[in-house]
Amino acid sequence: MKPVLKLILGLGLLTQASVISIGSATAEDLTLNALYMKQAAYSEDDIRAMTTAFEKDNPGVHVNLEFVPYEALHDKIVAAQGAGSSGYDVVLFDVIWPAEFGKKGFLQDVTARIPADYNDKIYDGAWTTVDYDGKRWGMPWILDTKYLFYNTDMLKQAGIAEPPKTFAELSADAKIIKDKGISKYPIVWSWAQAEAMMCDYTTLVAANQGTFFEDGKPAFDKGGSLEAVKYMKQSLDDGLSNPNSREYLEEDVRKVFSSGEAAFALNWTYMYNLANNPKESKIAGKVGIVPSPGVEGKSAASAVNGSMGLGITANSQHADDAWKYITHMTAMETQNKYAKLSLPIWKASYDDPAVTAGQEQLIAAAKSSIGAMFARPATPSYPELSAILQKKIQEVLLGQATAEDALQDAVKSASKLR
Amino acid sequence: MMERTPLASIFVYGAVAALVLSILAPVFWLFIMSISSSRELTELPLHWIPQEPDFSRYIRLFTLQEGSSGREFLYAMRNSLSVSLMATGVALVAGVPAAYSFSRYPGRMALLYGVLVTYMMPPVALILPLYMVFSWLGLLNSQTALVIVYCTILLPFVTWLLKSGFDGVPIEIEQAAQIDGAGLFQTLFYVTLPVAAAALGTAVLFALLLAWDEFFYALLYTSDIRAKTLPVAIGDFAAGRATDYGLISAVGVLASLPPVLIGFFLQKSLIAGLSAGSVKG
Amino acid sequence: MLFAAKSYNFAATGSRERIAWLFLLPMLAIMAVVTGFPLLNTLWLAFTDASLTGRGYDWNWSGLENFAYLIDDKNFRVALGYTFYFTIVSVAIEMVLGVLVALLLNQDFFGRTLVRTLMILPWALPTIVNAMMWRLIYNPEFGSLNALLLQFGLIDFYRSWLGVPGTAMNMVILADVWKNYPLIALIVLGALQTIPKDLYEAAAIDGASPWKRFWHITLPGILGPFSVALILRTIEAFKVFDIIYVMTRGGPADTTKTASFFVYQESFSYLRAGSGAAYAVAVTLLSAMLITIYIIALRKTEHAP
Repeated sequence: MKPVLKLILGLGLLTQASVISIGSATAEDLTLNALYMKQAAYSEDDIRAMTTAFEKDNPGVHVNLEFVPYEALHDKIVAAQGAGSSGYDVVLFDVIWPAEFGKKGFLQDVTARIPADYNDKIYDGAWTTVDYDGKRWGMPWILDTKYLFYNTDMLKQAGIAEPPKTFAELSADAKIIKDKGISKYPIVWSWAQAEAMMCDYTTLVAANQGTFFEDGKPAFDKGGSLEAVKYMKQSLDDGLSNPNSREYLEEDVRKVFSSGEAAFALNWTYMYNLANNPKESKIAGKVGIVPSPGVEGKSAASAVNGSMGLGITANSQHADDAWKYITHMTAMETQNKYAKLSLPIWKASYDDPAVTAGQEQLIAAAKSSIGAMFARPATPSYPELSAILQKKIQEVLLGQATAEDALQDAVKSASKLR
Repeated sequence: MMERTPLASIFVYGAVAALVLSILAPVFWLFIMSISSSRELTELPLHWIPQEPDFSRYIRLFTLQEGSSGREFLYAMRNSLSVSLMATGVALVAGVPAAYSFSRYPGRMALLYGVLVTYMMPPVALILPLYMVFSWLGLLNSQTALVIVYCTILLPFVTWLLKSGFDGVPIEIEQAAQIDGAGLFQTLFYVTLPVAAAALGTAVLFALLLAWDEFFYALLYTSDIRAKTLPVAIGDFAAGRATDYGLISAVGVLASLPPVLIGFFLQKSLIAGLSAGSVKG
Repeated sequence: MLFAAKSYNFAATGSRERIAWLFLLPMLAIMAVVTGFPLLNTLWLAFTDASLTGRGYDWNWSGLENFAYLIDDKNFRVALGYTFYFTIVSVAIEMVLGVLVALLLNQDFFGRTLVRTLMILPWALPTIVNAMMWRLIYNPEFGSLNALLLQFGLIDFYRSWLGVPGTAMNMVILADVWKNYPLIALIVLGALQTIPKDLYEAAAIDGASPWKRFWHITLPGILGPFSVALILRTIEAFKVFDIIYVMTRGGPADTTKTASFFVYQESFSYLRAGSGAAYAVAVTLLSAMLITIYIIALRKTEHAP
């Protein structure tokens, strides 16, 4: 049966000379296939340059790079298991996937490969990116979190001297700005039904010292996790948050903030440089950045872990070389050299003048935010848990349910997850 | 056509104007976005006409440089064209005889419905098993894989559309050709197909555009400029953390040109074919 | 070329069967070879509890368990509801609009060929571009729809289109209709052109009203291609995925989450290949049911006049 099938399908090839499978390597040289995403904090050019440096140091090893949209990254990694050993060797993965990928055997356990002295040199928050079940499933690479951005001009106009340090202050400042007519809706968020909302929500949970799970059971219907949703809804009701936040993703937030419509915005590191770029933004030079606020008596600042790591796929036949490549990509020298677009995972980097030059304000905010980075729940069924929470929180924000009811429902559904 | 009253003429032209406007307005806006700077696109109140038209994106899309968006775009254009043309070709080669069979030798329609059922399955359910097959054949990231998949998407459409076209061709003219000594294939190619030219044209256009449009299979089965099609490239352009909507708009405008041109020429030849057709009164 | 097979003839009934099958062979072969394996694979998975892992499927037979579960699944029922709404509303509008526009384009007017070519334009925009374009048009702050409506005094303030349950689905439908009705129009137009003009002239001489002429000449003439278009569009609409993926990702609060999206999440995001396949089979069966109803109804229409 099989050869016949192959023959029939093979006939279709006669006209096609340019058939290349992703895994084809020539006899003497070794080819690694690596999967990255388009949106990586590092630009495609940076990643290519880093890889070229690796190839130069390791003659005979060639690295094939593929870039896909973030939205397709998970699907591509999942589908590639069907390609067996001709699939990817190295993949970039999001902080929310190691549990799933580790448990289901998509990634190799690399705990034993990581040198012991790395533990203290790299931020703990970065390590949570690759940890699950007491093992490490890769090396952290892109370190990212959401910051509070503010329009310095608007704050000055409103007579606000200092950016807010707590969420209560944020609301109070926003109210002043709204009442003075400086901005109709002073705060803008990304609360569309998407992972973006989960990141904003997690930030608020962190600030309120909430938890997602208690003793392995879902517990987001009480304490800080409930407070977080109530805050979101309240700020919409008070007209302090842009009601369109409910359909916005990060890019929409950037546009609204950059056009000078909003005084405050919560967004990833990347917005800092873009909002300061006159070609993209009307408020270039008027952009302030601080860690996302805390809550009085509970926290000084808050942050969500939005990092990503590099791992070796379970089917890779070249694990040693793949690890060598990952080690190169995550090395301090490499990261320091390209620190303009993505901040390093290494603690020492943040005191290196080569890294801090020109972005002192960002580095200052990063130092305190990275220490506070809070992880979204590390569970193999995270994608489903996230979908449940997104839907339920949206119901609250749309006024279809109270925060209590919606979150209780969510806990009920989440308890059934395996 | 019969004479129209002036009132009817006014109505016809009014309706045509409304139609043209409804089609052009969104595309016009797409074009405006493609020549506006990122800053101007977030200006309030909205600028209908950009103050400084910026055609740089179009220039960028036509520069063939290593790692440039033009390179990605032009290769994707090439891949999309060749994949849709090849898939349409294969679908016609298999679909024309099948449609003829369904039309002239009735009694097997259940088969066509059976084929349709495979088409009702959400593609996400078929995508992984096919991925394994293509990986095993070494066909991932090749135009061939896409041609094969698209061909199965196009076939039910093409076959059925052509069948209903052939149904409209009077059997008498085929019989006349037979009496003149024409074989079955000659009858099909020289008599039936020309008469059913309108249906054939619609089917070709339909097939081309269906293949032109497909996104999800292409997203998973291709990985670089050797096989990525336009929708995948567009997805890539949309993905950068800083999305340049102007660039996506420019790609969108350019991506719609080839089908429109093909459709234009197809229609011209169709109208010619129609007036040359033997049964039109 | 194919002309080598010259010897075929309209032969006696015995070989008619053979010719019929011979002509079908290429199509059936392609369909069987390419879709056969994935289809069987999906059917098999539907009766297992398979989950996708890095080593392939991890599975046990589970009999009808998946189907028992999905019948009880409220979320799936809700998603099906939205799918039916999307399918029925968008296909109905596309069909009516398509026929009306085809009738219009069949009239004589200045620039007819140009307008006909223009009809290809929406259809030529790839779905993803179409979805992004409409998303930008609907953007509550910088979109052109709000600006336009405000300038014409139709609304008093900028409003949200894709963030409001209910409205969001209708706006997605609008975007879908805009792209797809020209297709119906062109298919119907093609059929209209094959209706001999003397039929109309004869009817006009007999004094038949325009409505009667439409009912007795036009409708029977376009019914074949029209029903093909209707059925194919229905199948397509029932599987709707890309446009939703780009425009709303199922939001707000799942009110645009359709069945295909459901299957996608189940098998790709949650890696539950078994129940994902069962949902896919259920979607296929429902779609087949819908089509069967159509076909029966169309048969009746065909025989009615």
